[in-house]
Amino acid sequence: MMSTDVNRSKVKTPVAEQDPTARAKNFDEVCLGYTLEEAHEEALRCLHCPDEPCTKGCPVSVPISAFIQALAEEDPARAYATVKSVNSLPAICGRVCPQENQCEGACTRGRKGEPVAVGRLERFVADWAPGHQQEAHAAIEALGHKVSPEVAALAASKSVAVVGSGPASLACASELAKCGVQVTVFEALHRAGGVLTYGIPEFRLPKDLVAREIAAIEATGAHFELNSFIGKLYSIEELMDERGFDAVFIGTGAGLPSYLGIEGEGLNGVSVANELLARVNLMKAYLFPHYETPVHVGKHCVVVGGGNVAMDAARTARRLGAEVTVVYRRSREEMPARVEEVDHAEEEGVSFHMLANPVRALGDDAGWICGLECLEMKLGEPDASGRRRPEPIEGSAFTMECDMLVVAVGSSSNPLIAETTEGLDTSGRGLIVADDETGATSIPGVFAGGDAVSGAATVILAMGAGKRAAKGIAGYLGL
Amino acid sequence: MYLIRESVALNSEVTKMVVEAPEIARKVLPGQFVMMRIDEQGERIPLTVNDADPQAGSVTIIFQAVGATTIRLASLHAGDALLDFAGPLGRPTDLKGAKRACVIGGGLGTAIAYPQAKWLFEQGSEVDVITGFRTKDLILLSDELAQVSTRLIVMTDDGSNGNKGLVTEALSRRIEEGADYDLVLAVGPLIMMKFVAATTRPYGIKTLVSMNPLMIDGTGMCGGCRVKVGDSYRHACVDGPDFDGHQIDFDDAMRRAALYRPQEQQAKDHECRLQQEANR
Repeated sequence: MMSTDVNRSKVKTPVAEQDPTARAKNFDEVCLGYTLEEAHEEALRCLHCPDEPCTKGCPVSVPISAFIQALAEEDPARAYATVKSVNSLPAICGRVCPQENQCEGACTRGRKGEPVAVGRLERFVADWAPGHQQEAHAAIEALGHKVSPEVAALAASKSVAVVGSGPASLACASELAKCGVQVTVFEALHRAGGVLTYGIPEFRLPKDLVAREIAAIEATGAHFELNSFIGKLYSIEELMDERGFDAVFIGTGAGLPSYLGIEGEGLNGVSVANELLARVNLMKAYLFPHYETPVHVGKHCVVVGGGNVAMDAARTARRLGAEVTVVYRRSREEMPARVEEVDHAEEEGVSFHMLANPVRALGDDAGWICGLECLEMKLGEPDASGRRRPEPIEGSAFTMECDMLVVAVGSSSNPLIAETTEGLDTSGRGLIVADDETGATSIPGVFAGGDAVSGAATVILAMGAGKRAAKGIAGYLGL
Repeated sequence: MYLIRESVALNSEVTKMVVEAPEIARKVLPGQFVMMRIDEQGERIPLTVNDADPQAGSVTIIFQAVGATTIRLASLHAGDALLDFAGPLGRPTDLKGAKRACVIGGGLGTAIAYPQAKWLFEQGSEVDVITGFRTKDLILLSDELAQVSTRLIVMTDDGSNGNKGLVTEALSRRIEEGADYDLVLAVGPLIMMKFVAATTRPYGIKTLVSMNPLMIDGTGMCGGCRVKVGDSYRHACVDGPDFDGHQIDFDDAMRRAALYRPQEQQAKDHECRLQQEANR
């Protein structure tokens, strides 16, 4: 096939995945990614629409048509450099972005058939690069725009503290480091990456790959200080006064878990998703006792919630050996989780009990959970979110067998920074108030972005905010 | 990496370790803790800071070898290093305004109560310190505590130091003698703190207890450390570790503390086997 011929297939080039039965027992990555041939074949499905609806649908405006064109021309190095020029974490975005609502959701091919598999292609180019470092590097050099010596000298004299090392912070740090600014990233935990490291499971986002993307950012000059909990070790003010940073970016995410607030939630065997995921992802509890952190695994696990975190928790519990049921108070259509995640969970043997809401956890004499009382729900009128409001059905109470309950009903911003930073404006929900375009907060020189500002959202939206704040900071520093 | 400058066995179960951590040493206040990890396979465990020397850039921790991690920690020597050492975490103990305080330490809790007693004493408060141990060979920090207290009472369960009884008995006695405490601070086993709180409740004396629940991140993220205070759950890592002893549901805390006991035993057995093999 000539590289300029359009591939007329109405469906995406299939991608290899681990068999569901096998993968429900291991933590290896589910999706195996395209080969070069498959990527080329899929790249040929792109129509290269002049108005680039896909790029408009991307929170960081990846030049999608251009990188796919490079792939179609069998030039993965140029494709990689093109993506990397605007997206510092392509291997991550290719895996965890909700492409169906973004680039792929806007794709012209999607009107009659499936959209171009932009996510799989982005992942392909990102995964191709580490095995072809010289070519990748040369392509980046060829695309790179040179900074004038005056600007470079000025940038090198400026230093910025980035608080947190999740997607927003990494995007911000990467952009600033590329300009030549001295960047120091402060991470409270022992490993960088924020939710990419403690939250999203290995089988969806391998931790080696997260480490590789972070190493690439380090290679551009950003420095990481781990085990440094800002708000305790240094306040924001101390970062500027004692440590002498010219500006600070706050990207501390939404790490504070929400609870159901039901009776029995304090029973043993009940945890929030963050605890299960941190034990397994951050502390590698699935390798206990070789790794010393244990994790409680029940026979009958119930996960409450309908988002991606709930799916991650359910699939993690499944891999640890539990029978898993997801309880969600609305119906499948309203689930905020990506369709792909829900499908994957189902393939792996996770059951779903829709339109149900827990009202009480039942405990045994030793204080362990032994059952979960729920009510059946029905959908009423749409609420503020536009989704139909779930309402309990009278007299519908039923009890599920449950010796492991995982609560995955959202999270909010950790209040520590707001509490310890005088003059930092926050909203009613404890979110930091920051300018949409520049990330500027109520304190001069202090910027913020990501979930700490927006509330829990997606990796790519946080990255977009981090990038915009990097521009805002550069402007503030006179670069 | 965080260099271990000194490691000394204080008795057969308890080790004192001085760790190089200059940033933490400058910032830490009484009641705060660190999260540490020995190596890549290790657990993250919280350890309350016993003392800090900002000039020397070092932090002192005192721990009891009871689980896999602490047994392994106790086997390390000066010159070894810890992979992770993060802090200061938690809220400092609210000691302000206390004029006549009683600081109570049970077993290892004595080491954790030490900085509080020291701080109060240096602020000019009257400080009674009551410590309790199973037997006299396990008595900790008596010389140190004598220097930072108005009165030091050391109790043993078996009376082997000539002073048999529980810390609560000594506390009751002092209250009956007319010690007009405006603050009682208790650090030790949950059961001890429960009974200290029960002792002070009828007198309405403000009583703080230092909770030491299971913890993973120590930054308010995982909810593993939640403790029931009044009708609601709070995170000991960011809202504590000190809470109003009259509000804490100790039975709930004791139940939660037992959550991972089988796995803790398994990890401990695993660690002991490894150490035996290494020694062979």
